[in-house]
Amino acid sequence: MDRAAIIGVGMTKIEANKNRETFADMTWEAVNKALNDAGMSIDDIDNVITTSSDFWDGRTISLMAVGDVSGAAAKNISCVEGDGTYGAFYGMMRCLSGSYKTTLVTGHTKGSESVSSLITNSAFDPIYERGLGMDMITACAMQANAYMHRTGLKPEDMAMVSVKNHGNAFRNPVAQLPMKITVDDVLRSEMIADPLHKLDCSPVSDGCCAVIIANETVAAKFRQKPVWVRGLSFCTDSFFFGDRDLARSSALAEAARNAYRMAGIKDPKKEIDVVEIYDAFTYQELLWLEEMGLAEYGKAAGQLQAGAFNMDGSLPVNPSGGLLAGHPVIAAGLYRIAEIVLQLRGDAGAHQVRKAKTGLAHGVNGLCGQSHCVWVLDRER
Amino acid sequence: MIPATLLLHIRSQVSQTKRRTLPGSMPSGINGRNSNLREEAAGMSEVFKGIEPMVHNSKISVPYSWWAGDTASRFFISLRDERKIIAPRCGNCRKVFMPPRKVCPSCFTENTEWVSLSGEGTLVSYSIARRRLASIPADKKAPVIWGLIKLDGADTALLHYLDEVRPEEVAIGMWVKAVFAESRTGGIRDISHFKPVR
Repeated sequence: MDRAAIIGVGMTKIEANKNRETFADMTWEAVNKALNDAGMSIDDIDNVITTSSDFWDGRTISLMAVGDVSGAAAKNISCVEGDGTYGAFYGMMRCLSGSYKTTLVTGHTKGSESVSSLITNSAFDPIYERGLGMDMITACAMQANAYMHRTGLKPEDMAMVSVKNHGNAFRNPVAQLPMKITVDDVLRSEMIADPLHKLDCSPVSDGCCAVIIANETVAAKFRQKPVWVRGLSFCTDSFFFGDRDLARSSALAEAARNAYRMAGIKDPKKEIDVVEIYDAFTYQELLWLEEMGLAEYGKAAGQLQAGAFNMDGSLPVNPSGGLLAGHPVIAAGLYRIAEIVLQLRGDAGAHQVRKAKTGLAHGVNGLCGQSHCVWVLDRER
Repeated sequence: MIPATLLLHIRSQVSQTKRRTLPGSMPSGINGRNSNLREEAAGMSEVFKGIEPMVHNSKISVPYSWWAGDTASRFFISLRDERKIIAPRCGNCRKVFMPPRKVCPSCFTENTEWVSLSGEGTLVSYSIARRRLASIPADKKAPVIWGLIKLDGADTALLHYLDEVRPEEVAIGMWVKAVFAESRTGGIRDISHFKPVR
């Protein structure tokens, strides 16, 4: 099959409140950074995919707000409603279709402009569930309880994820929330929804990320070192929580298996060097790692405690600080891809990990990880 | 017909603040062309210095009526008129679905049979909101407890409230039963909540 590579990335700083920047302003910054990174001009881009959510943006057809600043005039622009990894998936398919060679993919969110509890409540079924008043945090607390009950995971085990990721964020210039905290700090922070303390939860954030994907026939034409897409897949679980096993994620396990197979990866624990994962809540980093076969089910916390997932561990996880250090909802997965690209190129600066040939980026769409998108990226073709 | 109404308030909460000190947020290690572009991109070029950030405050409030569909309507009418929980069953794999839906997702066929459930079941998981989150209905006071309840005879679990129980008493695996609302209008809250069977 044809191949494609990521040849440019651009990220705005993730902030609690970008009150000097509109959606278009953030996008303009990220797009220009990605073009500079790739050594391309906007004329080198032949189509544009935006990822955004109308509810989060407070308008319908939300891509129309960012088309001009994405250089989409007189080009084909299309929108994916969901996490940025899904927009990139669509963008990659376009590069492989034969109709396009270079896709600019953007993802943006301004969590600061609305009320996240009301927006995420709107993801529930309007007939059976929405009126009961759950939101993303209370839903994920339900998943955390199911997962802890099954595995014996303790609040102090989850809290270690928060300590690690907020600590990593000190070395990442685009992270919103670098914090030097202890497990006790996490456990003493406000209980939002049992068992999730405030410091188990990612913050509300603003940010935009852009990546440029190129067909292999043009990937080497520009200045930047291509990072090759070796494997990718997304899979989706049932919508209703009560249809799923909330303590597990079969959709993620399947997405990871598919992506590994496509990449020719036999032993992900040995062959993946660095991971950027969708840690919207502390327990998720552990559960997602386990479902992706990067730790035994129920055992990730032990490896975390032993330091395996630290920057200098055997498998660095979220060296950027992850979502816990900044969570621009729709853009968050695209940031994961951009971070892995920087790691594999050796361009991650202060948060560069030592050995980084093959990396994994992961995005989530839907409540409690209903859908997962897994990317296996590689420095070498 | 069971109308449901969406009243979504999206409130602009961006406060009018003084211009933040921006130099500290500049990325390091950028060269000539990039630097200019980035400054422009970040809205930092000279002409915009010192401008007060203006905020447009508004909200979205759109009435919306969902037709609940024949399947949910039958379920709601049974709650309202008979205080009975009924569920559709797949004629092929025999799975019983809560909440009720028209199609079996495994067999991709229409569910045609209905069964009556006792209204008692097992708590599969739960969530306890300790603060008044914006999504919580006005008549509920924190702590609010939600449960995922696998009713006896059903194969999938229903999301609803738990009540008449203290947060520290809630445990996965506990046996609970439905308590019906006194005033019933044909909706999911015709079940008031589930309570532990002691």
